Amino acid sequence: MKNRLLLGDEAVAIGALHAGLRGVYAYPGTPSTEITEYIQAMEAGTGRGVHCSWSSNEKTAMEAALGMSYAGHRSMVCMKHVGMNVAADAFVNSAMTGVNGGLVVVAADDPSMHSSQNEQDSRFYGKFAMIPMLEPSSQQEAYDMMKYAFDMSEKEKLPVLLRLTTRLAHSRAAVSVAEEYRDHTPLPVAKDSSSWVLLPANARRQNNRLTAVQDHLRELAESSPFSSSVISGHPDSPLGIIACGTGYNYVMENNVAEAGIPVLKITQYPLSGKKIRELAESCRSILVVEDGQPFIEEQAKAFLGAGYTVKGRLTGDLPRTGELNPDLVARALGREPEQFFCKPQAIVPRPPALCQGCGHRDVYIALNQVLASYPDSRVFADIGCYTLGALPPFCAIDSCVDMGASITMAKGAADAGVHPAVAVIGDSTFTHSGMTGLLDAVNDRSDITVVISDNLTTAMTGGQDSSGTGKFEAICIALGVEPEHVRVVVPVARNMDEITAVIREEIDYKGVSVIIPRRECMQTLARKARAAKKKV
Amino acid sequence: MKYDIILSGVGGQGILSIATVIGDAAVRAGLHLKQAEVHGMSQRGGEVESGLRLSDSAIWSDLLPSGSADMILSMEPMEALRYLPFLAKDGYIVTSTTPFRNIPEYPEEGIKAAYEALPNVTAIDIETLARDNAMPKSANMILLGAAARYISILTPDRLKESIANVFGRKGAQTVETNLRAFDIGYEG
Repeated sequence: MKNRLLLGDEAVAIGALHAGLRGVYAYPGTPSTEITEYIQAMEAGTGRGVHCSWSSNEKTAMEAALGMSYAGHRSMVCMKHVGMNVAADAFVNSAMTGVNGGLVVVAADDPSMHSSQNEQDSRFYGKFAMIPMLEPSSQQEAYDMMKYAFDMSEKEKLPVLLRLTTRLAHSRAAVSVAEEYRDHTPLPVAKDSSSWVLLPANARRQNNRLTAVQDHLRELAESSPFSSSVISGHPDSPLGIIACGTGYNYVMENNVAEAGIPVLKITQYPLSGKKIRELAESCRSILVVEDGQPFIEEQAKAFLGAGYTVKGRLTGDLPRTGELNPDLVARALGREPEQFFCKPQAIVPRPPALCQGCGHRDVYIALNQVLASYPDSRVFADIGCYTLGALPPFCAIDSCVDMGASITMAKGAADAGVHPAVAVIGDSTFTHSGMTGLLDAVNDRSDITVVISDNLTTAMTGGQDSSGTGKFEAICIALGVEPEHVRVVVPVARNMDEITAVIREEIDYKGVSVIIPRRECMQTLARKARAAKKKV
Repeated sequence: MKYDIILSGVGGQGILSIATVIGDAAVRAGLHLKQAEVHGMSQRGGEVESGLRLSDSAIWSDLLPSGSADMILSMEPMEALRYLPFLAKDGYIVTSTTPFRNIPEYPEEGIKAAYEALPNVTAIDIETLARDNAMPKSANMILLGAAARYISILTPDRLKESIANVFGRKGAQTVETNLRAFDIGYEG
């Protein structure tokens, strides 16, 4: 074993590789991106034949990983929490089919929404699909849990969900890792079609199988080598604590062991009532400390009944929303954190902005110029760097909801008479979830103008390959957009007259038109220039 | 013994390079380390912060409690002040004096007044020093050099070893420039 300084994401990556991973499938999304990037970097160095190129979206990733599992090999899917919504159909049904080779799904949640549009807690998906779920609280646990997760997945014939949060995913610590890769012997390719063909008769049987193993899965969680370490406190303590993930670290930071407060650490689900009832017997009330939504808190209340006091996010002892930290946990324990200096009143926020020289800037300048003469216009935007067009100086967009919603919301609004209805979507977001919506618009001849702002990369997450690069005109034409209404422009200031003229023409065209402003991302361009300079 | 640092600045100013050097030095010195980084959207010219916790015993939380930072190390003067609630009673601020003006009304006067009221501040014009010494990309290592005078848990030599280690793959020239930058900051 040797010590390496690793992000939580990197610990997951190397843990999976050391568990005999044959392929990772993923779409970039903060805070999960670095898992796949790390495997790509390792693969570039070792050439062991681990699949690691990016998928078009989380659903295609989940299905490809299930296929690899079907073929008997160990596979992993990684995504940010909202990616679980995209993958949900495949994810939930993979619990129905079960797996062959070990399959681990990694969902990285983003409490406080550092880089996200909601705060959903992926543990509800694990409970919903009724599969085993793991939640590490340290980088070391993240590494150690991967082999355990793959072994359990293969043994129980179920996918396993590993839940991370931003703070663990993006924090570095020394991790003791194995010196070498361990090859894993694959299982034979699956052939039992009765479990893999989810016709109602088969699905009912599979559903019975899945519900029948729930007690067994709870027992596994109870006896997990990572879990349920009750730190014994004073007998009849006024307070006990249930904590999980990063919440456990904030509890321990507050010296609860020294204060004689018993702590139950949860690292595996489905949640077992046994340990919670044992804890409840040793203290007079329980505080639940969990990053995310009150997942354990609600279940603990149900286990212990109305007569027992369970405190947490639902009772206001901890805030209902947002990421936890040591200070919030200290306050929940009745201690006021020390503070010696206040933030001066003069300090103003410094929001992120589009980079200087970014092509999205020129797109918004042109759109604003044209739409100034259309007071009823609406711009439906999407998820990516270009969402920053909502902020000054552009204030150019009216909505941003989920991956792909720009095109479909523009379509719905246009169907109801909004004109001009403009969609702004990035290249990678378009191939993630925009193409099917464009087909709907073509089939209805909806009067929308779609701007695919193509910077040749998945920019916001740090410049990963974009699935559609070089294919956008062909995709739009193949989906039925008339070739003369697929227009390509280069978004630079000197082309402003041409760009605004093209936008005007396509807004005035009654039907679906696509404008593709295409210019490389400043960040990837600079990176390539640096790499080229290094070679010389 | 523990040493907690808040590193702050504006996205793209190179605070992660400082964090990487300190992190490398901590591991080589056999210390425990937790380093919470910022990735994603906030890197686009927004406020960025990284918490670095070094200790000779186990560290639980990746995030610093308020009132616990032994140092705020900042590439930008206003960004240092943003994290004042985390500064320990006898903690130090080591900051660049050059404002990064990408907001409509930069609060020049308010910042000046706030600094005048603070006890332990080392403010250095690292941008001018870097320019005058023909090392425009090494301003962050000048700042690290200045901070090294206070980072009691690591020796300056240990930090210099890590500069050589971290920048090694960028070539001997880059290592040499960054070591020189560190010395300029350290010798003040």
